Amino acid sequence: MAELSYRDAVARGLAQEMERDERVVLIGEDVAKAGGVFKTTVGLYERFGPRRVRDTPISEEAITGMIMGAAMNGLRPVGELMFSDFLATCWDIVTNQIAKTRYMTGGQVELPLVIRTANGGGARFGGQHSQSLENWAMAVPGLKVVAPATPADVIGLMAAAIRDPDPVIVFEHKGLFANKDEVPDGEIVDTLGTARVLRRGDDVTIVALAAMVHTALDAARILGGLGISAEVIDLRSLVPLDTTTLLDSVAKTTRLATVEENPRLVGWGAEISSLVAEEAFWDLDGPIVRITTPHIPLPAAGELEDLAIPSVEQVVDAVKAMSG
Amino acid sequence: MDIPVDIRLEMYDGMVRARYFEQRAHDLFMQGLVKGTTHLGLGQEAVAAGFAVAMRPGDMSYCTYRGHNHTLLRGAPMDALMGELMGRSNGICEGKGGSMHLTDISKGAMGSYAIVGAHLPVAAGAAWAAQLRGTDQVSVCFFGDGTTNIGAFHEAVNIAAVWDLPVIFVCENNLYMEYTAISEVIAVDHPAADRAAAYGLEGIIVDGNDADAVYEAAVAAYERARAGDGPSLIEALTYRHKGHSRADPGKYRPDEEVEEWLKRDPIDIYRERLLSLGVTEEILNEIEAKALAEVDAATEASKNAPPPDTAVLLTDVWADGGSSWRN
Ligand SMILES: Cc1ncc(C[n+]2csc(CCOP(=O)(O)OP(=O)(O)O)c2C)c(N)n1
Ligand SMILES: [Mg+2]
Repeated sequence: MAELSYRDAVARGLAQEMERDERVVLIGEDVAKAGGVFKTTVGLYERFGPRRVRDTPISEEAITGMIMGAAMNGLRPVGELMFSDFLATCWDIVTNQIAKTRYMTGGQVELPLVIRTANGGGARFGGQHSQSLENWAMAVPGLKVVAPATPADVIGLMAAAIRDPDPVIVFEHKGLFANKDEVPDGEIVDTLGTARVLRRGDDVTIVALAAMVHTALDAARILGGLGISAEVIDLRSLVPLDTTTLLDSVAKTTRLATVEENPRLVGWGAEISSLVAEEAFWDLDGPIVRITTPHIPLPAAGELEDLAIPSVEQVVDAVKAMSG
Repeated sequence: MDIPVDIRLEMYDGMVRARYFEQRAHDLFMQGLVKGTTHLGLGQEAVAAGFAVAMRPGDMSYCTYRGHNHTLLRGAPMDALMGELMGRSNGICEGKGGSMHLTDISKGAMGSYAIVGAHLPVAAGAAWAAQLRGTDQVSVCFFGDGTTNIGAFHEAVNIAAVWDLPVIFVCENNLYMEYTAISEVIAVDHPAADRAAAYGLEGIIVDGNDADAVYEAAVAAYERARAGDGPSLIEALTYRHKGHSRADPGKYRPDEEVEEWLKRDPIDIYRERLLSLGVTEEILNEIEAKALAEVDAATEASKNAPPPDTAVLLTDVWADGGSSWRN
């Protein structure tokens, strides 16, 4: 065990897989010599050389299109999009090309590729560099989607994503890069599509993802002091989705709240809610509650951004109200 | 071209105001009073001044996240820009835009765009509207060297050329795109000028640290646009004095290169030129003192302004002023 930051975990996860499999390569803007604008790829260029770790022009369509082509021809490429907001500039390649190809070719084409991207708000970057876009990706058949909340999960899910035979988008949360945690030594390989119960509880299930996991955990601690026993589930993976862990928890607690950083409409929590309403309606003792950012772009000013993104107090208040 | 002295003084004034404004923005960032990020155009002021001064009211400027200079020099009030950087209620975008999105539509500062390349087609569209409506407006789009590698650059320049649009594409070639030298990611020497031929345009290169040279190129391009002769693509060679953003020390740049360019500071160059043309030291000192006082006042006003009213969080998603999505 050693303490590792979420940021360094990205590089460790990538290095682990590059060491193991020489088909794994990394491209993106400033990922090589500069070690990434978020310093998430530091040391990889020095360790694996300029053939396998390569800076690209500012050309997101080329980055995503190239990893698609490379995946069609024997590599297991990882492409970095510096900010998830830039997915919009290459959404054709990601959704019409990468996501649909296996299906539309009757299974002839396999695309074992990974898109890594920095996601989420809290940094006062304003509306075009702060979005939580995992639900965009979740909506597209053919894309797998993970969003780790802890350093160990970054490594494990990165490895799983790289080894997976399908395209996976790994959303790394900007607000978590500096977070440190104990991480086991040696190889870490996780499983896509597995949620994790981070805190056991009996009264209410709180489901969260990425940075909101920490908000939910803080809220659960406070709720504990108020006599409300909250179970916190870190979803970790949106596609595939671990419905078993979710439904088992709701069956026990009979109440469900989601904590989402994305704007309200069609956030992943809506899918979770509909699933529980369809498959566990009779387990519920009250309405499902979704705590989300309002349906607005994120503002830049600190006071406004803090008000927009779900806070610990907001979660405590909402869960108190539904448990009362 | 014989540039009149009042125009020259206007350019000097613009460069000095932009310089002091951004130096202060940098200090405030270091003090934690400007949050998030800043992309300073320190060193690139001559490009902003040359074009802004040659522009007419009604002309439209589109710029990037490195857009403080351009927005200020189109006439946006300095205190409201400083307030926006500091996220205060006096901010030009109510604190909702921040450093990367400074906009003052009333002055023709049509926005700062933070997704590389996005605003080139938008600027072309504004020029198209001017063409259709028969106004004599010109749309000017500023962007960096690195932007020439994104599809939107090529799509916009091509359509503007084919449709003879009154738009001027200005590539501020500061040699770097974030931490990577442009020379490492293009197969030609000049990211914009060497691509111009592909769109039937002349490859124009100007010394972006010489306000007069920029001004002359700007005037020629405006004339061409207003005459209905179509777009121009101008590459202005310049250099940013600081790192790409925030506290980036810019260590990926060789020391000698930085030193060389610091010696070619556009404001120093211009000050000397004005003196040699007979403008007195007093006049220049006065411009500088006034600019500093303006920056001080803008800083004070923004420090004293309260944070944004929390109610604005939920305003202005829709034309009705609100953000409601249900009845
Ligand atoms: C589509 C897109 N890709 C990447 C980025 C991240 N990014 C912001 S600025 C920048 C460098 C741009 O370089 P250049 O066009 O030369 O402009 P400069 O910053 O030098 O003014 C990059 C890569 C972005 N904002 N948008
Ligand atoms: Mg540049």
